[in-house]
Amino acid sequence: MWLYEKKLQYPVRVGKCDPMMAKLLTEQYGGADGELAAALRYMNQRYAIPDKVIGLLTDIATEEFSHLEMIATMIYKLTKDATPAQMRAAGLGDHYAAHDNALFYNNASGVPWTAAYIQAKGDPIADLYEDIAAEEKARATYQWLIDLTDDVDLQDSLKFLREREVVHSLRFREAVEILKDQQGKKVFY
Amino acid sequence: MNSNFPLDEAYYKLLEELQAIDFVLVELNLYLDTHPGDSAAIHQFNQFVHKRHELAHQYEKAYGPLINFGRSYSKSPWQWKETPWPWQV
Repeated sequence: MWLYEKKLQYPVRVGKCDPMMAKLLTEQYGGADGELAAALRYMNQRYAIPDKVIGLLTDIATEEFSHLEMIATMIYKLTKDATPAQMRAAGLGDHYAAHDNALFYNNASGVPWTAAYIQAKGDPIADLYEDIAAEEKARATYQWLIDLTDDVDLQDSLKFLREREVVHSLRFREAVEILKDQQGKKVFY
Repeated sequence: MNSNFPLDEAYYKLLEELQAIDFVLVELNLYLDTHPGDSAAIHQFNQFVHKRHELAHQYEKAYGPLINFGRSYSKSPWQWKETPWPWQV
């Protein structure tokens, strides 16, 4: 089961109401390489992965949910005071028509999240290579988002998330080596 | 949003201390998932678990329960549902 802890993993502060930036950040909320996709991918793959790496997949999946909450906090804070006219000017008129100022799982272009973004092959190497690629794509996305804002507070939180992708990628690479190592060993009964 | 306590410097300071110690624990946890034989890291992990326990106790006494489903105590009336939620601070 899961427990909820009533705090963010890392502080999220924003300097101003900026629905345009909120729209772009949605890419990491409900996009193909976003936090929802990451969390659900690892949480689902873990049932068919060798025992040695179940703990890692469980823990990284759980951390991804805390990143999802950080992204949600950014979007919430950047849009909570936006008027319908400001939402429309930011390209969020169609979002407002369907959701008001509520958050929704879609990417920056408004395309809803789909399970087609993720995979579980039942082949540990295939799955872990997908996970490494996912972390690298998320890291790149965070860099582009950092480049798209001049809000230093927002950049600080985004840099934290970018660095977490680097660490996750490293851990997944180590998991591949652990499995390769295991594969080479002869088991005698 | 009405917060049940002042969102002052003391609150943010304690919250950040907790976030910092929890960051150490997340990092060590993931590291140990792929380096389970590193006993020095396990020792460090356990030391931080202890520190974390004390800091969380201090935080909860001042600002209410951190974790749901019986992992934190509540004063009366029921504190869990009180604001602020994490995205409100």
